[in-house]
Amino acid sequence: MTVEALTVEYWTRKGKIRAVEDLSFSLEKAETLGVVGESGSGKSTLGLSLIDLVPFPGRITKGKIILKDKEVLKLRKDDLRNLRGKEVCYVFQDPMTSLNPVKKIGDHFVELIRTHEPQVTKQEALKRAKKMLRDVGIQPERLNDYPHQLSGGMRQRVMIGLAIALNPSIVVADEPTTALDVIVQAKILDLLNTLRDAYGMALILITHDLSIVLQRSDRIMVMYAGHMVEYAPSIEIYSNPKHPYTQGLLKSIPNIELADQKLEAIAGSPPDLLNLPKGCRFWPRCYCAFERCRSEAPPLITTGTEHFTRCFLYEEGTKA
Amino acid sequence: MRVLPGDPVLLHFEKMENPAAMAAMRARLGLDKPLWFQYFDYVVGIFRGDLGLSMQDYSPVAQQIFSAFPATLELAICSMIIAVLVGVFLGVESSKAYNKPKDQVIRVFGIVTYAIPIFFLGMIFQMIFGVGLHWLPVGGRISPTMEPTGLNIGNFHFSTGLFTIDSLLEGNIYKFVLTLKYLFLPSLTLGLVLCGIFIRLTRSNMLETLRLDFVTAAKARGLKETTVTYSYALRNAFLPVLTMMGLQFAMLLGGAVLTETTFSWPGLGRYLVDRINFRDYTAIQGAVVVFGIFVALVSLAIDLLYAYLDPRIRL
Amino acid sequence: MQKLKIKKSMLSHLLPGLASLAKRGLAGWLVIFGAIVVAAVVVMTMVSPWIVPYDPSKINVGQPLLPPSSQFPFGTDNLGQDMLSRVISGGGIMLQVAILSVVVCLIIGVPLGLFSSYTGGVIDRFFSLIMDSVYAFPGLILAIAIALVLGRGVINMALSIAVVYVPSYFRVIRSQVLSIKEVPYVEAANAAGARKRTVLSRYILPNVVPSIAVVATVNFADAILTAAGLTFIGMGVSIDVPDWGWDLANGRNFLLSGAWWVITFPGLMIILLALGFTLMGEGLSELLSPRLEQ
Repeated sequence: MTVEALTVEYWTRKGKIRAVEDLSFSLEKAETLGVVGESGSGKSTLGLSLIDLVPFPGRITKGKIILKDKEVLKLRKDDLRNLRGKEVCYVFQDPMTSLNPVKKIGDHFVELIRTHEPQVTKQEALKRAKKMLRDVGIQPERLNDYPHQLSGGMRQRVMIGLAIALNPSIVVADEPTTALDVIVQAKILDLLNTLRDAYGMALILITHDLSIVLQRSDRIMVMYAGHMVEYAPSIEIYSNPKHPYTQGLLKSIPNIELADQKLEAIAGSPPDLLNLPKGCRFWPRCYCAFERCRSEAPPLITTGTEHFTRCFLYEEGTKA
Repeated sequence: MRVLPGDPVLLHFEKMENPAAMAAMRARLGLDKPLWFQYFDYVVGIFRGDLGLSMQDYSPVAQQIFSAFPATLELAICSMIIAVLVGVFLGVESSKAYNKPKDQVIRVFGIVTYAIPIFFLGMIFQMIFGVGLHWLPVGGRISPTMEPTGLNIGNFHFSTGLFTIDSLLEGNIYKFVLTLKYLFLPSLTLGLVLCGIFIRLTRSNMLETLRLDFVTAAKARGLKETTVTYSYALRNAFLPVLTMMGLQFAMLLGGAVLTETTFSWPGLGRYLVDRINFRDYTAIQGAVVVFGIFVALVSLAIDLLYAYLDPRIRL
Repeated sequence: MQKLKIKKSMLSHLLPGLASLAKRGLAGWLVIFGAIVVAAVVVMTMVSPWIVPYDPSKINVGQPLLPPSSQFPFGTDNLGQDMLSRVISGGGIMLQVAILSVVVCLIIGVPLGLFSSYTGGVIDRFFSLIMDSVYAFPGLILAIAIALVLGRGVINMALSIAVVYVPSYFRVIRSQVLSIKEVPYVEAANAAGARKRTVLSRYILPNVVPSIAVVATVNFADAILTAAGLTFIGMGVSIDVPDWGWDLANGRNFLLSGAWWVITFPGLMIILLALGFTLMGEGLSELLSPRLEQ
């Protein structure tokens, strides 16, 4: 999948909010991409825009999304519907509220499968559903339960199961673990990785927690206030973070091995998207901002093989 | 729980024509007894099924009311069905097209239909469909010879008084179709005037439900729009509609009076109006009381139904 | 002349109010639009004696049951009366009834609602019970019953309608008062020893006024429709005054012969008037309780 110059705006009564601006990246087959950012950085909007489900009053104002030679944003309604759930699947953040409370788990699966593959019989669909539940680590008997009878972790597993049921090329997981407790978090993330290996799909992990994606993704994209500020293979991000924001994020991860570590927080607070600062959006919190940063917005600069940073510090490199 | 409105007020009328006849009538109807006695006697009578005698011809009011009642019941049910179906459907469409022209048009439609006097709408329909196009009959419930007789097996006879059901019980499709033809315009009129509130209710409930996460999640799974709308969102917005049905019932009956008058529909409403013209106060009183009881019963039923459904919905 | 003077001073208060309404978006426009419609009808009715082409009550100004033409743009009815004139002047009774019933409702319903809900206890339960019973009863039927007792005439009709609608005011006020009652500044006033009357009028009443306004506008619309309904059934006022409701009832007899104009125009006027008030009510209620817009 390739995304080119995507811009998503929310047209609210108070003004236009640019949730995502001029974002481009590509996703290879079976690659895991980690998208990291604070709340308000636009990462969820990015995820939703990949299946054109940005909620009102948001709209995608610019850019292209190309999947397997088709432009997603230009698809007809029915084709788009086919895409969702089958080619690109979305796992939502809050498992509590993402399942239909009046439908049994099994019905969720049956509905999903039969919508996209109408020739499949109900029994067939249920068989497949059982297999999915096993794959995500839930006993098959749970098919007859209602969502509220399951715990949060199990519900999230069900969501994941629904997402991979039709063998999609891409799974987008939006903060899949934020609503869960820590122990379950790790399990879910491992599950996602296992499934990825087993099914050969690409995975986009959206989170605010850099530590989650450092180990588990191939490439990482760091977002701030709607901009992609750094984009590189995760090893690079870990060993050679270029953007001050990324560096700040890394420094704020507690490291159990370092006995004597002071956690450094990034100064300042997230920006008000209605009143973005002129110039580089990060400069009010940047420890090395200079004059230029206040007035000009830096473009994305290549700072190494496959390593892109949006910061004037690296201007000598060619513009990406 | 609803309390039956008392009607001591209604007992304070004596506006009739000539004194001698008045005296005679009073004696006959027991109206010369002291007021409190009358009230008590009347209330007791209600439970016994005795609503007094008509002032016009001294026949039992209860019987007259009883024979007129099914017609009103049929009209009420059909109108409510139409109101709910049209209202909910339009409400759903309206919520899906939030703030777009379709939404505004539907909302305006709901407002306007409420502002139309029922009888006016009825008359317009009569003009267009009855006189102008000759498609549908203009008044009455059915032609006299064609009344459905219900289920007849040997000596066993069963009829509900509701012509739709009775004609089906009788197995007579022709009568069924005929009944519908007569039933259509009156219930359409009454239903349209009432649908506005359902449009508004459904719309606001749907707007809330459609924002919920599981709806977006369903869309993200690529489910069909109709599926998402109806089996997801609507299921959850339905209960308030039910309660509203109960609340609207009183309005329905009020409107029924006008509708029946307009379409010469032989129901309780028209009975009431006729009796007014004859100044038949006992009959009027009886009709009003029956209306009151009817509303109270329906409200009670809805309350019970709600209590039954609610904990279940919690699943 | 007196009437014109009153209008002028009202206008000087109204205009800045209207300007602020317009700024409030669609809801504001609804109110303005509705108000204009209502005002237009009122004005039309008031100046009707001067602008009618023919005397609306005079019979046989033209052939009976003439369809609309250049001489009689709205046609004539069965008595040969000019429909246009009747339409122009037919709103008088309805407006009177509506205004009167709203006034009565306000006079009775508002103080009662305030008093009862603020006092609480047995009194409140008592009144609530009565109000709920009346409220649950089919409106038109109740109005009929009361009108029967009271007899014909504008005042009586207004009273019957008022009785039916007082519970609406009562309920709305009650729910508002119950929520405001516990608010700290009210408690503070009570603690400072304010008399109940003062508390009610100074603190609670101003907060309740907006909702009363909404109920009142809807009440107007309903009153008009109910008045039309009562007239239609035959419980209206005496026949010599032109009245839309009466035209509808009368015109009904000639529908089958195809004389559509006798009922259409008066009916449209009723709709217009009721709509005007309803729109105002819709606008007001949106202004006062802003919905969750994104």
